[in-house]
Amino acid sequence: MELIEVKNCYKVYKNGVTALADINVSIKKGDFVFVIGSTASGKSSLIKLLYREEKPTKGSVFVGGINVAKLRNRKVYKLRRKIGIVFQDFKLLPKLTVYENVAFPLESMGVKKREIKPRVLKALERVGLKEKIHSFPNQLSGGECQRVCIARAIINNPKVLICDEPTGNLDPKTSKEIMKLIDYINKEMHTTIIMATHDKDIVNRMKKRVLLIDHGILKGDFAKGSYKENEAI
Amino acid sequence: MKPFRILSKNIKDAFKSIFRNFSLSFASIICTTITLLMVAIAIIVSINVNDFTKEIENNLSIIVFLDRSATIDDATNIQKKMKEDKRIDSIIFESKEDVKKEMQKESEVFNSIMSEWTEDTNPLQHEFSIKVKQAEDLKAVSESIKKMNHIDSVKYGEGIVDKLVSTFNIVEKATIVVVIALILVTAFLISNTIKITIYSRKNEIDIMRLVGTSNIVIKLPFLFEGFILGIIGAIVPIVVTIYGYMLAYDKLDGHLFSNIIRLENPTNIVFKVSLVLVVIGAVVGMISSYRSARKYLKI
Ligand SMILES: Nc1ncnc2c1ncn2[C@@H]1O[C@H](COP(=O)(O)OP(=O)(O)OP(=O)(O)O)[C@@H](O)[C@H]1O
Ligand SMILES: [Mg+2]
Repeated sequence: MELIEVKNCYKVYKNGVTALADINVSIKKGDFVFVIGSTASGKSSLIKLLYREEKPTKGSVFVGGINVAKLRNRKVYKLRRKIGIVFQDFKLLPKLTVYENVAFPLESMGVKKREIKPRVLKALERVGLKEKIHSFPNQLSGGECQRVCIARAIINNPKVLICDEPTGNLDPKTSKEIMKLIDYINKEMHTTIIMATHDKDIVNRMKKRVLLIDHGILKGDFAKGSYKENEAI
Repeated sequence: MKPFRILSKNIKDAFKSIFRNFSLSFASIICTTITLLMVAIAIIVSINVNDFTKEIENNLSIIVFLDRSATIDDATNIQKKMKEDKRIDSIIFESKEDVKKEMQKESEVFNSIMSEWTEDTNPLQHEFSIKVKQAEDLKAVSESIKKMNHIDSVKYGEGIVDKLVSTFNIVEKATIVVVIALILVTAFLISNTIKITIYSRKNEIDIMRLVGTSNIVIKLPFLFEGFILGIIGAIVPIVVTIYGYMLAYDKLDGHLFSNIIRLENPTNIVFKVSLVLVVIGAVVGMISSYRSARKYLKI
């Protein structure tokens, strides 16, 4: 079994919207996969199944061998400790400093203080934000916030980094830098990356595997580098 | 985080959030206060009344007077019959001779008059004094005795005792119902307060869940908030219990209704009652907030 296996998944929301229909995807350890599609096509819905924010209406979702579709609410935190999640809106705690935000997952897991410090510094070094550790989120630029968010996501050396439009709020230049960072994490830490995005430039430039979703249906699964911009969307 | 740091941070957060949702927190606290005041009064009254009813129950006898034609043999028969009644605890027989002697002992005047009486001219009546096992049975037992032969009259503290016992029973039941209703209202208000807190911190909670914070760490601040609301609500009732009861005890000189009810010594009960109040406040607070946390955090 691969690291991630989505089998015959359907997602119908309570309001009757069918966001996903019969999705089958498998993703190997170390892969870098883009999830693309027009707005409301179901990208976020697919990604939410992976970190058990939503349960599929039908089908199974295996992450690291566990069927997270069957995971109980009170056990979800165990899954979250094994994966990293990055969002468009960063989701940093505004009252905590950069250091404290990155240390937060470790602290809430009860890791010892003297163990936390080197790990936080290492993660901040990786994302290139070591000088700003005492700043608060509102003192940072969008790109810097996203770096903090990525540092927090990789603090546990997760096997998977899940990103939902991480560059959605950033200008092209900053987006490029963030993508460089994510690519670096994929290459250096061998972290599997699954990233939903709207940004055609990024997808075209980086030549990774691409999953194309259209109205909740998986319309295409393009192997690394085989996706050509005009074929779809 | 060290346990002490978690504790102090949670307590600080709880107070902050109580002040932030002041009106709702205040309503919860007032409701807790009213409830616990009721509980305090109910406990204190029922401790005192329990003592009092026990005392009446112990002292309550039915006095049965036989008619003047009844002989000692008749009395023996009646006693045999009464012994069959399982509700009766004890039966003491006093013949009219016994009654006479007793009265003679009591005063010189009686003594001189009664010494003239012979067994046949003695106008007094044979009597039984009967104790029942339970005060509620007084009436029924009296009724059944009245139906026997040679009974002149049957007396017990009819009106008063009956009424007292049934009034106390009704008051006790009504109090329990009111207290339960108040506890439910309190629980509802505290749950709602916690719900608002949860909503106002939804963002933070979502982030905590996203990065894998364990459920208990997420829930703890809310449990603390409920706990603290309950404890704050217990403060006024405790002060009222301690000072109010001591004052009442002093003013009334330890008695109520001219010696019928002897009040319990304050030092024996006020601290126990206070403890009960704190525990009820804290438990109701925590259970309500736990329910809210479960419902709205879905963990
Ligand atoms: N919690 C929800 N309840 C009901 N419907 C929802 C919910 N979340 C998403 N939907 C619906 O499901 C469909 C897919 O939404 P989704 O967020 O997955 O799209 P998306 O591809 O991420 O879009 P975008 O590119 O705009 O982020 C949409 O029609 C949306 O309205
Ligand atoms: Mg989306």
